[in-house]
Amino acid sequence: MRDVVVIGAGMTKFGELWEKSIKDIFVEAALKAIDDAGVDHIDSMYVGAMSSGLFVGQEHLGAVMADYLGVTPIPATRVESACASGGASFRQAYLEVASGASEIVLAGGVEKMTDGADVTEALATAADQEYEVYQGITFPGLYAMIARAHMERYGTTREQLAAVAVKNHRNGAKNPNAQFRSEVTAEQVMKSTMVADPLRLLDCSPVSDGAAAVIVASMEVAKKLKKNPIRVIASSQASDTIALHSRRDITTLDSVVRAAQKAYKLADKKPSDINLVEVHDCFTIAEITATEDLGFFEKGTGGEAAEKGWTSIECKRIPVNTSGGLKSKGHPVGATGVAQIIELYEQLNGKAGARQVEGARIGMAQNMGGSGASCVIHILEAI
Amino acid sequence: MITARYHREIPQRYRLEAAKCSSCGHVSFPPRLVCPQCKARKFEAVNLSDEGTIVTFTVVRVASDKFSKETPFGVGIVELNDGVRVTAQIADVHPDELKVGQKVKLVFRRVQEDGKAGILCYGYKAVLA
Ligand SMILES: [Zn+2]
Repeated sequence: MRDVVVIGAGMTKFGELWEKSIKDIFVEAALKAIDDAGVDHIDSMYVGAMSSGLFVGQEHLGAVMADYLGVTPIPATRVESACASGGASFRQAYLEVASGASEIVLAGGVEKMTDGADVTEALATAADQEYEVYQGITFPGLYAMIARAHMERYGTTREQLAAVAVKNHRNGAKNPNAQFRSEVTAEQVMKSTMVADPLRLLDCSPVSDGAAAVIVASMEVAKKLKKNPIRVIASSQASDTIALHSRRDITTLDSVVRAAQKAYKLADKKPSDINLVEVHDCFTIAEITATEDLGFFEKGTGGEAAEKGWTSIECKRIPVNTSGGLKSKGHPVGATGVAQIIELYEQLNGKAGARQVEGARIGMAQNMGGSGASCVIHILEAI
Repeated sequence: MITARYHREIPQRYRLEAAKCSSCGHVSFPPRLVCPQCKARKFEAVNLSDEGTIVTFTVVRVASDKFSKETPFGVGIVELNDGVRVTAQIADVHPDELKVGQKVKLVFRRVQEDGKAGILCYGYKAVLA
């Protein structure tokens, strides 16, 4: 397959965007990406969205967005892999360009979560309806069970979970597009409302509206545009059992392990080559398991790594979620995976402002669906 | 929940009916058409053990609208004595008393109500043994 690059990016601010519709925010992000890339057309587009049907009663988002973006009759398809919908959307665009079928493809993602739906119920559709959700379990509840098992087996502490939230809010405070631009203390995290023991409100990513889009193109197109392209050097995806209780190990997300092995192989890189990583911290425990399962820290030591600051921008051992992560930047589900790519694009172009990781050349994005039944990983490299 | 959807899960919810792979012996709950272990497609029906151990658990304090009147309630992953794991509410106990490793028994209970005019939905819940 041929070389594929990202040549432009755009996103809305993440947050409670009551005055804007799902169409408004997607088109805003898509136009910014198209303008940033400086392209006069796109060959096709993908729209990642988890549950627009439940959140706003609108399916068929490919056509809806192509229409409102004014790009009909190009092919436009909605991609769904729960919270990994954005990553899956980007992967489809990557594959379409890599295969030679298209030259310029828009990969977008969107979710409008504050229009009045029962968000807890809508998100829970990413788990097994008959054998998990039937019993009243929620997504915070599923990750709480991962957290409890991790604490029991590895001695991970409440303080270590809080350290993830504190660091991500510190990073998010420097991100103009973040939903929460305020720092929090460990004490605030540990005193916030209990949602699903042992996870508290400040362990959870928020309910958000937002959209993100990038332009993916062949190297030939990028050369003509004289842009600062960032090369996609790995795209991988893996699945696992839909129900958490059916997993080989509750504290290890095998889909993350498998997708990571594949990605490192495709890119011919190892964890120590990665300069920064955006991980899917839908809950604080998810960042801890991700940093272990991606190979940055030994299994069981992700909590310690967070507490010692090894994941901070300053430490440089492996800066994790420089954007603020889902925790602080916000988590409009379908947009998240694309927004992770945007953070890498900005960092690898040296344009991440106060969040910049000095000299960053290789970045990884790990986007996850459900309690880990889907995982999409990309590795990008500056040219 | 639509009646047909509820009705077809009754053997699993009421009797813990599972499928034992005729080829490798792996027990799937709920039954599947393909064995996740050896990919064989022939099974015999077996009933699961109703006794087991709490592997991990949480206390749901913020629930979906359907369960919001019942908060807080315990939910755990229970490993049954035959090795199969299920997710189940843990009833009849103050959530603060729950611990990993506690022995439980699955009992038949009402699990949810489907709206004001909807059907009552039954199934298994765990209670401390
Ligand atoms: Zn078998």
